[in-house]
Amino acid sequence: MNGLFGIPTRREFLALGAGAAAALAASPSNATPEAMEKAIREYTGGISPMPGRVKIDIPVLLESGSAVPTTVTCESPMTAADHVKEIAIFNERNPLPNVAIFHFSSKSGRAFAATRIRLGDSQKVVAIARMSDGSLYTDAIEVVVTLPACSEDFG
Amino acid sequence: MARALINIPAKAAKGQIIEIKTLVSHPMETGFRPDNQGKLIPRDIINRFECEIDGERIFAADLYPAMSANPFLTFTLLAERSGEVTFRWKDDRGEITEEKRKLVVE
Repeated sequence: MNGLFGIPTRREFLALGAGAAAALAASPSNATPEAMEKAIREYTGGISPMPGRVKIDIPVLLESGSAVPTTVTCESPMTAADHVKEIAIFNERNPLPNVAIFHFSSKSGRAFAATRIRLGDSQKVVAIARMSDGSLYTDAIEVVVTLPACSEDFG
Repeated sequence: MARALINIPAKAAKGQIIEIKTLVSHPMETGFRPDNQGKLIPRDIINRFECEIDGERIFAADLYPAMSANPFLTFTLLAERSGEVTFRWKDDRGEITEEKRKLVVE
């Protein structure tokens, strides 16, 4: 096992059985679904966000995880009184559960941000929007990565 | 100083929502990657991006190692009045890259 984060390289991984793969999923050096839950709890302050309004867009099948085009949007009038304050992105299986937090204002015009992220494995990516009135909305997407980020030297 | 590319229209109509694209050259070293000797390469990422018009905040982002190298960000701005748009990137070493662009709103 000489891959990063204790994850074996792709070749080693393919040589392993499904049982070993399941053990790897619980590798402590990786953010796990629990680590993501914890990061989300810290962000939301324990309030469970409602589904809807916010939307995260990522191609569901990715050849490479090192620069994954990711877009977040949220429906809002974006006025001084009623706008989206933040949209945060979290992931399940990278070494850290946090990806980015985007801060908007009424000057933004739209709650929209597009970027490129790294994904270390096939996993769920979650977006949470925080409105100016404090309410929270969420959306999630499952993506499949055939060549994860970090498995190549260019990371 | 990291090199930055910014795509912002020079002119906009009042009330128009314009799209701004930014790209800055930076390795975004995660801190989880070993070098040839197997030692971890220390983390060095851009952790904060800010965009302002005449000192008023339009958009900001807190970034983590899961951002790709040469971070690319697209966001929007509601064109209300002419002004100077400032773009600022800050990395783990405290190095700040700042760029300014004029925006004319008519």
